[in-house]
This record gives sequence, structure tokens and C-alpha cells, in this order.
Amino acid sequence: MEPVNHYIQEGILYKPVIPNIQDWPINLFFRNKKRIVKDVTSEAIAQLHSQAQQEGIVIQDYIARTMYLERIRMTEDPWKVDPKDEPKFWGSIKQGLVKNEQLEGDVEAFTKTNEKMLERIVNRYASEISSNFKPSSYHFAKRFLPFMFSTLLNASAGKTFMSIINHRLQLQEKVHLLGEIEAMRNLASKGTIILVPTHTSNMDSILIAWGIHALGLPAFIYGAGLNLYNHKIVSYFLTRLGAYKLDRRKRNPIYRATLDAYSTVAIQEGVHGLFYPGGTRSRSGVLEDRIKLGLLQTAIEAQRRNFMYPPSHKRGKIFIIPLVISYHFVLEAASLIKQHLKRTGQEQYYIINDEFGNTRKFLEFVWNTFSASSEIALSFGRAMDIFGNFVGEDGQSFDSQGREIDIADYFKSGGVITDDKQRDKEYTRLLGEKIVERYRIENIVFSSHLVAFVAFELITRKFPDLDLYSLLRIQEEEKILPLEEFELSMERVVAQLFKLADAGKVKLANHMINDVNTIIEHGVKNLGLYHAKRPLTFKDEHHVVSENITLLYYYHNRLIDYNLGPFV
Amino acid sequence: MVGILGAGSFGTALANIIAQNKPVLLFVRNPEKAATIEKDRVHKGYKLEENITITSDLRRVPAECELLFPVVPSASFPRLIKDIAPFLRPSHILIHGTKGLSVDIAEGREMRSVDRLNREDIQTMSELIVQETAVLRVGCMAGPNLAIEILKEQPAATVVASRFEQVIKAGMEALRSSRFKVYGSHDLLGIELAGVLKNIMAIASGMLHGLDYGDNTKALLVSKGLEEMITVAKGLGADPKAFLGLAGIGDLVATCYSPLSRNFTFGYRLAKGESIETIKSSMEEVAEGLNTVAIVRALSARYRIPAPITQALFRIMFDGMDIEKGMNLLMEYPYKEDVGFL
Repeated sequence: MEPVNHYIQEGILYKPVIPNIQDWPINLFFRNKKRIVKDVTSEAIAQLHSQAQQEGIVIQDYIARTMYLERIRMTEDPWKVDPKDEPKFWGSIKQGLVKNEQLEGDVEAFTKTNEKMLERIVNRYASEISSNFKPSSYHFAKRFLPFMFSTLLNASAGKTFMSIINHRLQLQEKVHLLGEIEAMRNLASKGTIILVPTHTSNMDSILIAWGIHALGLPAFIYGAGLNLYNHKIVSYFLTRLGAYKLDRRKRNPIYRATLDAYSTVAIQEGVHGLFYPGGTRSRSGVLEDRIKLGLLQTAIEAQRRNFMYPPSHKRGKIFIIPLVISYHFVLEAASLIKQHLKRTGQEQYYIINDEFGNTRKFLEFVWNTFSASSEIALSFGRAMDIFGNFVGEDGQSFDSQGREIDIADYFKSGGVITDDKQRDKEYTRLLGEKIVERYRIENIVFSSHLVAFVAFELITRKFPDLDLYSLLRIQEEEKILPLEEFELSMERVVAQLFKLADAGKVKLANHMINDVNTIIEHGVKNLGLYHAKRPLTFKDEHHVVSENITLLYYYHNRLIDYNLGPFV
Repeated sequence: MVGILGAGSFGTALANIIAQNKPVLLFVRNPEKAATIEKDRVHKGYKLEENITITSDLRRVPAECELLFPVVPSASFPRLIKDIAPFLRPSHILIHGTKGLSVDIAEGREMRSVDRLNREDIQTMSELIVQETAVLRVGCMAGPNLAIEILKEQPAATVVASRFEQVIKAGMEALRSSRFKVYGSHDLLGIELAGVLKNIMAIASGMLHGLDYGDNTKALLVSKGLEEMITVAKGLGADPKAFLGLAGIGDLVATCYSPLSRNFTFGYRLAKGESIETIKSSMEEVAEGLNTVAIVRALSARYRIPAPITQALFRIMFDGMDIEKGMNLLMEYPYKEDVGFL
């Protein structure tokens, strides 16, 4: 059994891959903002045209639908960050549409006005999405982040001010960066990296931003929910850490196309990027199992174009690197699982819940997570090409049998690269499946996940006739488990987990290399540490009890894909 | 040029159809056999079209063709794919016509001794291709396509299934002729399973025939057999829709009523008292259904899918159960409702 043990020791941490921040791909990208917005605009318009042709509708339908949806959004869901001139802008589009109706006879004029309106909308969206990355403020942000984190850590470790000065507890002592790190650093100059993390908590992005910096990698570009920009401090950091704005309220075809175009162009420009393939945080606590294909498809689109029109930089090949983040404690767990339970059975539109409220709440949130989490692991997975083949040191692709292949061939028919959206959509689906598969393998199991899994399964067994909803409402005394029974089950499941780990099907945290009693103690102690009611705790010497079974269910779900049930 | 891997009766029929649209490179593994075919230009009793080239050099096929049709029996399918894999590139398109499943069991172990199988333990032929090679653009063809009737140029139709529109189109362009109509489907798994599962029913139908049962009984088998196929397929994650088309009901009717079908013949001779071994050794090409019965029985046991026809066949073929008794089981079908599966 090979434990996961290249914990990073002291110091930050790796030499920068590109020493001068001015040379970072993301900096070059934002420096050309004007050109980028122009490229994105023409790209999105072309995209919308081909889409319209496929769907058999005219551009005006998109404009009308978008205007309609935008007007609803403005009245029903306004945010502080929304630009003041919005009503005026959409009012003018409405007028344009009305005026255009009268032109119906004159096809040429009719089409021309539509094109103009489309361009105005796309251009507006493109400018809104794009933000500014400034080297000077990145310097500040990157210094501030670890400082803030370690201050939090030290304060939460109950140290006095002097002891903080004397003995600085470093972020990396709490947050472990693990996995294929050297490979990733190496590939950063050989191609464009797309990091695809699991999404558990609002902390993810901050941790990843720090992790990327600590690994000596240039900043990655990523889409951050526009709701986060409602807070001044958060907004300040997001922009400076390479985020662009992503507004989940805008569910209209033109915005979607612009967003996709933005992502495609950024990747084509060789900017390392990050997207959450699951879309939003996992509500149920399961390790990502549903992948949203939209943004992923932009990586495939960019790769195809890079083959067709080789870019001027040398990072034409795109690498997909899965990242699994493990926590003992997820601060938002209670509200996430509540949303999940509300939604199951009936997938409905839900209003995006802004859990941060205001800046103070956000800081509280960060504070709580860091002071509460005893350990966090970022597991960087093996790099793949966009078809899910593993890549070698020089970025070359190998098929499942280890033969080197030229992936440009996947885009070829009759010897030439072709543009086939249906084919590429299918490739995207396959990539999504591959990513999910890799998540399971790269996932680092914590003791807390395991005790939650076993305890919940044991409670379920006691009530074979209850459905989930009834189960979550059982009485306090029914959630008590004899420790002896719990230990026996744990022993079997741990044995099976080691077997899986030996077979390379999952990873185990270092603290899992222990006897079962130690694992139990460690797990129960850490599981959901700071929830008011503990998902699992020792009742007395001979019993464990779940004080909050819904949360136990949430943490349990993390391991449901490993077929461990029969071993409980 | 279109490549065909396997020169059994179906491969030969396929070669003749495609040759009407495009030049064909037909792979015959055995070099002596290849030489004979090349000399005679007649195979399986039928004349080969002029623009069919015969080769026993496996390398040559992927080098000269982008579109390949592997059409060997499922037992030799893994070996063929393994052999050809080093020469396949991501630009190749593979459309197979093999109606069997591949099973991952310990070497030396016989399928009939395996009681339980997980979905992960079995692979459809397209899944096997994707796993073993660099090819992603895969598809299959299935339907009522009895090779001899095709070789006689009687009208027939088939389905080409793939998740890739491009693969369906390539298949259609190669296969379509005035005597052969080609339909497309995006449901690869459904079409593959339809082709695989119908062989079980073909064996059962052959048995009924061998026992001199009439058309009422056979119709009972066909309709309840279709129900069982759909139930099993749904249990394995497929959409039932495919079973109502050519590859499902179409192929089922053709094989359940035709003495030309190998699986039908297998069941028939079994009912007439021959042993499995005798039949196997005297049949030129294998009856895929034999293995499929054992696989589906183990899958249905694992997932608690009701599959009484398959269970009964298994007991007749491998447990020495009396055929008449087994056939009576058909009358004890567990459902009361006629169409309760859709």
C-alpha cells in the first residue's frame, strides 16, 4: 500500500514556472482586452448564426427571447452590481425590435438592423464578462491571501499574538497539496491547463487560488458567480486573481453563446483556466457525478481550432487536470443538503441563494472554515488530453494501451480536420464521464467521510422499510449505535478501502494508515466539527450517536460510489 | 475503400452490399483460405463482386480504409480487436455487426459456472473497441439480416446505431442500396442489446419448433420474449424504444421463424435430442445465443431482473433439465398484466 505522503513541507513552496508576472499568459490576455472583446463578439455571433440555422429560427427570435428574459430578470431579481443603464439599454432593444417589425418587407434592412442589435448585445455581455487582471494588484492579493489565512489559522489555534510571531503556523500545514504536482508544473509550459475541480464549498476557489500560487504556477482564469461581486472585498480579490464574471441569472441564448465564446477564446490564447464541471456546489455531498457540458465543450472547441489554426504561442495542446478537494467539515453543509432534499424527485428552478449576505458575513465564513477545519486536501490528478487519454512528460497523448497517438486525428474525416458540432458534443460527454471516473480515483478519503458512511449505513439497516425522508425524521434514541457493532463494520470497510487503494481505485489520507480504533476516533472527532449538532459523536464509552442525521447523510454521500455498502 | 474484418456468411454478404457503393477490402485471417477465395472469387456459395479485394494482411486494412466493419463472432472479437489495435488511429470509424457480449471472467473459468455478473463485468462490442483501441467513433449494425437472403439480393433493411451522427452517415453511405434500406439510430446500447438478446429467444423458438409446437405457442414466445428482452435491457440501463424497431421486433421475428438462423437451428437440434457438443462440432459458425444465455442469466440474478425464459433455457442447456418441463415454465410466466413493461 502506497500511502499518499508527499506532504509539502515548509515555505512557499515551488519556484515560479514563469518568474516574471508580466509574461504570464493571463496578463497578456487581459492586456489585450479590447481585442479579446472583439474576438469574443465575432466568435459568439458566428456561433449564434450557426445555432440559429440548426434550430431553423432567425436571429430576431434570439434577440426577442433574450430581451424578454432580461426584462423579467431586472424586475424580479435585481442585484447591487447590476449596471444602472440596464433598463435603458433593453428599452432601446425593445424599440429596435418594434421598429424592425415595420421593415419586414425590406429583407435587407430588416436583417441589417437585427445584426446591429445582436452585435450591441453581445458586445455588452462580452465587456461585462471580461474583467481586469493587474500584475501589481495580484502581487498584493497573493501576499495578502496566505497572510490572511495563516493569521486565521494561528488565531484559531488559540495562540497568543507573540506566539504567532514566534511560531508561524503555515497554511500548508493545514492544507495539503497532493498528487501529480511536478507533472502539472511541467505541463504548464507545454500546453494550456484546464483545471477541473470538484465543487463542495465556497472556499474552493480561494483555496485553489492559493494552491496555484503556492505551486509556482501563473494565475488561472476562471468564472466566478456575479453574486460574489456584490461584496467589495471579495470582488477586489476575485478580479485580481484572474476571475471573469459569470451571471447565472442570465439564462438566455445570447449570454450563453458569449460566455462560451469567451472561454473558447481564452483557452485558444493559451491562458490556463479553471472550471467546475459540476456547475455549482454539490448539494447532496456526493463526489461530483453529474457534469455540465457547456464549458467543457469550449475546451474541445478550442482544441479543434488550435489544430486548424495553430496559435502563435506554444501552448496549443490542452490538458485537463482533475482536482478533488477533501474537507472534514463543510460550513455550508446544512443549507446545501436542505436544498438537495427539497429538490430531489423534482428538479426545479431554484433561486440562487446568496449565503454570503455581506462582506462581514463572508469574512466570518472564511474564518469559520479555517478555524474549524482540521485538515483540507487538494488532490491534483493525472493530466489528460481532452479525449481523456493520459499525457506524457512532453504532453504527448497515449491511448489506453500505452501507444502514442496524434489526437488531431479525432477531428479528422477523410484526412482533414472538420467542424462537426454533434461529434464534438459527443466527445464532450465522453470527457465528462472520464472526469467523473478520475474524481473517484483521485479522491482522498478522510476518516470523517468513512465514519459518516458506515454510521449512516448502519442506521439505514435498522429501518429497511423507511424511505429516506422518513429515515431523516427518526427519533433521537434510534440514532444510537453500539460502538462494538460500529467497529466491526468499520474494520470490514477499512479493509475493503485498502484493497481499493492498492488497486489504484481511490486514495487514502495519511491519517487513514492506522488501526481502526484510531481511525474512528480521528473521524468522529473531525467530522463536521463545528456544526451546532454533530453528525456523529460519542454518546458514552460504548455508543456513538448522530445528533443530526441529515448532516450525517450529507457526509456519508461522499463515499456512495465505491460500492462499500455490502461491507458495512 | 471500406474494410470488412471477417469473411463469414454475414461478412461476405456485407462485402457484396457495400461493393455496390465503394471498393471493399475483405480481411480473411487464414492466408490459404484467402488465396482460395481470391482464386475462385466465390465464397459461401456466392459470387463476390468485382471490386472486393481479399487480404490476409490485417495491417493493410486500417492503412487503406477509414471505415471498418468488424463482423466476426463475439468469441473471436476480442482477439481481432487486440490484433488490429496497434494499427488503428483516432480517425478510424468502426461499425460492428457482432451480436454477442464480452465477459471479463477469470481465465479457464467457464461462463456457465458464473452465477453472478455485474454490469461492469460485461462489455458490448462497441465498449470493447473503445477500451482496447484509440477509436472513439464506433457504431453497430443490427436488424433482420439473414446473410443468405441478403446474398440472394432479396429486399431487407438494417439499423446503423451510433452516438455519432457522422458514423451513422458513413454507415448509410456505405450500405445503402436499392435492395438494402438503412435506418439510423442514436441509441447504440439499445440497438446492441436488442441484437444480442434476441438470440436467446431464437434458441427457444427453435426448441418449440423441434417439439412440433405451432404458431400460437411461437407467438406467445415472441411477445413474452420481447418483454423479457426489454426488461433485461432496461435493467442494464438501455432505453426500450430500440426494441420496437428493426433491431428488436424485426430481428426477433426473423430469427424466431427462420430455419436459416443459427440460433434457431441450435435450439431445434437440441429439442430433437442432440447434445450441445455434437451440435457445436457440426455447425460451421457458432450460435451466439449459447453464451448469451449464460451471461444474461448471471446478470439477471445479480440485478434481480425477472428473466424466466433465459433461466429455463439455462437449466435445459446446462443443468440437464428436461426440455418439455422447461417449456412448461413458459406457461408459468410471472406477470398477470399483458403489457406491464412499458
